[in-house]
Amino acid sequence: MIMRHPNRRHEAVLSAVLLVLALFIGLINPGFFSAEAAFDLLRSSTVIGLFALGVLVALVAGGIDVSLPAIAAFCLYTTALFGGAFGVADHPVLALGLAGLTGAVLGTMNAFFIHQFALPPLIVTLGTASLIRGGLLAFVGTRIVTDLPESMAAFSHPAAFAGSGPGGAPVGGLVVSFLMFAMAAAGVAFLLGRTTLGRGIHALGGAPESARRMGLPIARLRFIAHGLAGFLAGLAGLAHASQMRNANPFDLVGTELTVIAAVVLGGASVAGGRGTVTGTVLGVLILVLVETGLVIVGLSSQWHKVVLGGILLLSVATTVRRVSRAAWREGMA
Amino acid sequence: MRRAAVLEAIASGWSRRQRARHADADLIRLGLFVLVALLAAMTLSPRHFFSAANFESMAFTLPELGLLSLAMMLAMFSGGIDLSVVAIANLSGILAAQILVRSGAFPLAATLGAACLGLAGGAMAGAFNGLLISSLRIPPILATLGSMQLLTGLATVLTGGAAVYGFPEPFLALGNETLLGIPIPFLIFAAVAVAVAILLGHTTFGLRLRLVGSSRSVAFYSGLRLEKVLFSSYVVGGLLAGMTGLLMAARAASAKADYGTSYLLQAILLVVLGGVRPSGGVGRVPGVLLALAALQIVASLFNVLRLGNFAKEFAWGLLLLVVMITNTVLDRRAARRPATTSLSNAQNKEKTP
Repeated sequence: MIMRHPNRRHEAVLSAVLLVLALFIGLINPGFFSAEAAFDLLRSSTVIGLFALGVLVALVAGGIDVSLPAIAAFCLYTTALFGGAFGVADHPVLALGLAGLTGAVLGTMNAFFIHQFALPPLIVTLGTASLIRGGLLAFVGTRIVTDLPESMAAFSHPAAFAGSGPGGAPVGGLVVSFLMFAMAAAGVAFLLGRTTLGRGIHALGGAPESARRMGLPIARLRFIAHGLAGFLAGLAGLAHASQMRNANPFDLVGTELTVIAAVVLGGASVAGGRGTVTGTVLGVLILVLVETGLVIVGLSSQWHKVVLGGILLLSVATTVRRVSRAAWREGMA
Repeated sequence: MRRAAVLEAIASGWSRRQRARHADADLIRLGLFVLVALLAAMTLSPRHFFSAANFESMAFTLPELGLLSLAMMLAMFSGGIDLSVVAIANLSGILAAQILVRSGAFPLAATLGAACLGLAGGAMAGAFNGLLISSLRIPPILATLGSMQLLTGLATVLTGGAAVYGFPEPFLALGNETLLGIPIPFLIFAAVAVAVAILLGHTTFGLRLRLVGSSRSVAFYSGLRLEKVLFSSYVVGGLLAGMTGLLMAARAASAKADYGTSYLLQAILLVVLGGVRPSGGVGRVPGVLLALAALQIVASLFNVLRLGNFAKEFAWGLLLLVVMITNTVLDRRAARRPATTSLSNAQNKEKTP
């Protein structure tokens, strides 16, 4: 809680940026200020948001995870393929359980390598990402599943505020997958901010050696953090499949960079021990708004990477000032 | 020389003799690995593997991955990582292409100019990384992740996402001709590898970089200017990546923003396989070269086995994990044996993200 001050200030700045962006886009395109556009924005931030929560947990625990999109692709594809075939995922809750559990297992695999052999998380997850994606495409299948099980498609059904389109079919509104994201965000915020487990994860990321000497169960904390990240990736995969209305094992590659940019923009530190859910959600919303803004302004999609990279570097460069020169030289950051 | 030896001992956390034994063990292990892979390749398909064509095609393609790995090695040697090497290579290739497609009546001059522009672009991109990492104190992961996006984006904007082609003959020769029977890319790579080996192993700069990689605080209190050392290492890395971009463009006779993306993981794998520890401070060029040979043999083994691209992706990932685990297990065993191990060294490594 000592860290509350800088976080609050950072979050205030992010909120201001978000507001300015929204006003700017609204000025160019007045249609932006509608409930429908807002729901649209929330829907498109769902998948990135779930990934971002996973990366946040990994970062706070002192790790990083670039394998989450690969895990998500694995989860969405296996759930669609086997869940549908054997009737294990007939109910949306079962589908959620299956996808989440698969993700959690793959996440703990990351934790195993990182913890057991004291390996750098970035390189481990680069390796497992390649392993998981390659394994999925080589041994599970490459055919796109177009007849998505109803239990998975249900996640893009409107949950609230739906209008009716032609023929009385429900249109727009808040979709189930967004509610899932909102609940996940609340859950992670509670876990990190209000529980002993959350304190432990912060301690592990902030100062692993001190955490160990305090007698914290380092291994358990690492497994929980990376398992949770994998679980959230599983949910992200589910949300993605339901939005796309198919299960494509080739999807989601490359999202990891956008996600890390969002989380870092939200104020989380790659050195570990620092980061909030509020900041992360704001970071995600800003990135999604920027993408919308680029489209509205008419900048071709080729510029998106330039802008994304620029935002990432700019946000890190401005937040990194919190690291004193002395600490950097001591190798502490 | 005495001071150098002391610095080196501090740097590695091991005594000189320990370090030598450790490095030799790495090389012996790699040598065995090469031998096993070679035997497997020989028994499975001797006719394919031992053909002159196979060796020649290796000598043309291997320098690209080799140069990228040397660039990656520099970053990991200092305890960082460079995720932007492939992006830099592609941007350099595209920059060079801007001159090459307008060569007209002066193909030789255009080739020279393009090579200079490509190398300068690579060095500048490296300097950008170095600035982010040393002056702005951005962690290398994030700095190079950001610059990777930025540079790939710029390359895409420059080309509109399409491949650029129509290069003059002298430039194409750089990637496709032989000199005295040896492919030109291989000659370039050999020269650069020797230069980097000397730079890291036999110059003050190399020693400083090793020290920065092993322990930043010790380096700082020894009076080293961290910022300068780190900055220079990333500039050299950018230069090597730029060189790769030129070779890639020459061999493919075109330049594109997303060539060689699979090289990134392979370069990291190779450097780790070559005995460079991701936590910094440990590693030698001969190890990386042996790893390159091993990986190339494994790659042709995959081809002999008719492994698909996805199975290859799976295998590379698996190999990376297995190699890192083996290194850790053997390191721990080595650390237990002699009496004078540094506990704090092992603890420092725990912290590295």
